[in-house]
Amino acid sequence: MIPVIVIVLGIVMLGAAFAAIYFKSLLASIISAGVISLFASVLYLILGSPDVAMTEATIGSGLTTVVFLFALYRVRKGNLDD
Amino acid sequence: MISISMLSLILGIALLVTGIFAMLTRKNLIKIVIGFSIADTGTHIIIVSLGYLKGRTAPIIDSAVSAANAVQKVVDPIPSALVLTAIVIGLAVTAVMLSFVVEMYKKNKSLSIDDYQELKW
Amino acid sequence: MIKYLAVIVSVVGLGMIFLPIVTGFHEAEQLSPLAAQYVEGSINDLETQNVVTSVIVTYRGLDTLGEVTVLFLATVGVGLLLKDGVKNRLTMPFSEMLETTSSVLVAMIMVLGIYIFTHGHLTPGGGFQGGVVIASGFLLLLLTSSETKINHLTLHLVESLSGAAYVGIGVAGIVLTIGFLSPEVLPLGEFGRLLSAGAIPVIYSLIGLKVGSELTSILVTMGGE
Repeated sequence: MIPVIVIVLGIVMLGAAFAAIYFKSLLASIISAGVISLFASVLYLILGSPDVAMTEATIGSGLTTVVFLFALYRVRKGNLDD
Repeated sequence: MISISMLSLILGIALLVTGIFAMLTRKNLIKIVIGFSIADTGTHIIIVSLGYLKGRTAPIIDSAVSAANAVQKVVDPIPSALVLTAIVIGLAVTAVMLSFVVEMYKKNKSLSIDDYQELKW
Repeated sequence: MIKYLAVIVSVVGLGMIFLPIVTGFHEAEQLSPLAAQYVEGSINDLETQNVVTSVIVTYRGLDTLGEVTVLFLATVGVGLLLKDGVKNRLTMPFSEMLETTSSVLVAMIMVLGIYIFTHGHLTPGGGFQGGVVIASGFLLLLLTSSETKINHLTLHLVESLSGAAYVGIGVAGIVLTIGFLSPEVLPLGEFGRLLSAGAIPVIYSLIGLKVGSELTSILVTMGGE
């Protein structure tokens, strides 16, 4: 059962990685990159490292996404949409 | 049946290679930083998967793991400790890279790497 | 097109480097002697339930001090690069409900962050996670209200005082016990209690304050004044 979960997580993460690379919209790319981190934190939980899972969930999918959005906001001069 | 750690190892390598591919092919500076962040996640997954031992649990002494048999019950704590700090540093490095992107945009008003010819040879 | 081909070749070459790791990989049956030593030492010598915490704070304590220094340098770098803030900050549209709810939630998030870093030696979590939770509490304040002003002097004071106290405890370890960053400067206490594991909870709380103030500073600088 658990290997199947890992395979599903892996497919979603690789899909999100390619989406982050090939999406035209930068906003969509940034959100996809956040999705990778969110699923990675579930994987860390399966691999027996709850400490790492907590860090990845808060930093990877939370603060990193926000830092990217702040940078995009500065570049776009206050307009996040394309 | 293929083991969990093997699957995660392959997934980590795939993410690392994908991230480096993105860093090499994308033109947009923010996409390059996103590629770096994907490669970062891939590296972390590789390290954590190398510390996993089959059927074992987290290295925390509680009702599931008693102090007496802890060595037989827990996964390797060292990769977890290394990756934990590496994730925090990863955020800080990403923030510095994005600050550089913002500064570069202020100078040239462009996010495309093709518009930065100063160091090209 | 030749550039694209070169990229493909180099990425595939990079993949080939990792091939021996995958083919030669076999899952270990037991912990390595070093890891087993850390697990036993954490339980018997340091009275710490969470082995990851004892590895981070004590066995690899110098490493963690270095990482905190890197974080500090990154914060300084971001501040230096983005000196001039943007005029209008990224905020959500004003709404009474959003503002009231967030002011209630921020207090809870702060308490959760403090809980996470003070219980780092007992449960999953610790200074890094707790610090990040505190920084996300400040982020909520920044996003929901454009009136929020975060006092830079307080941030710098918390950051530098906790950093100095961290190094101070480390030096106290040299004077009083066996070496730098030894947790035995405080009594080790009873296994599984909040006030146990010597200086580990104190050091991890200081790391939590330091990481929290540094990440808040990064967010304030990047988000604009």
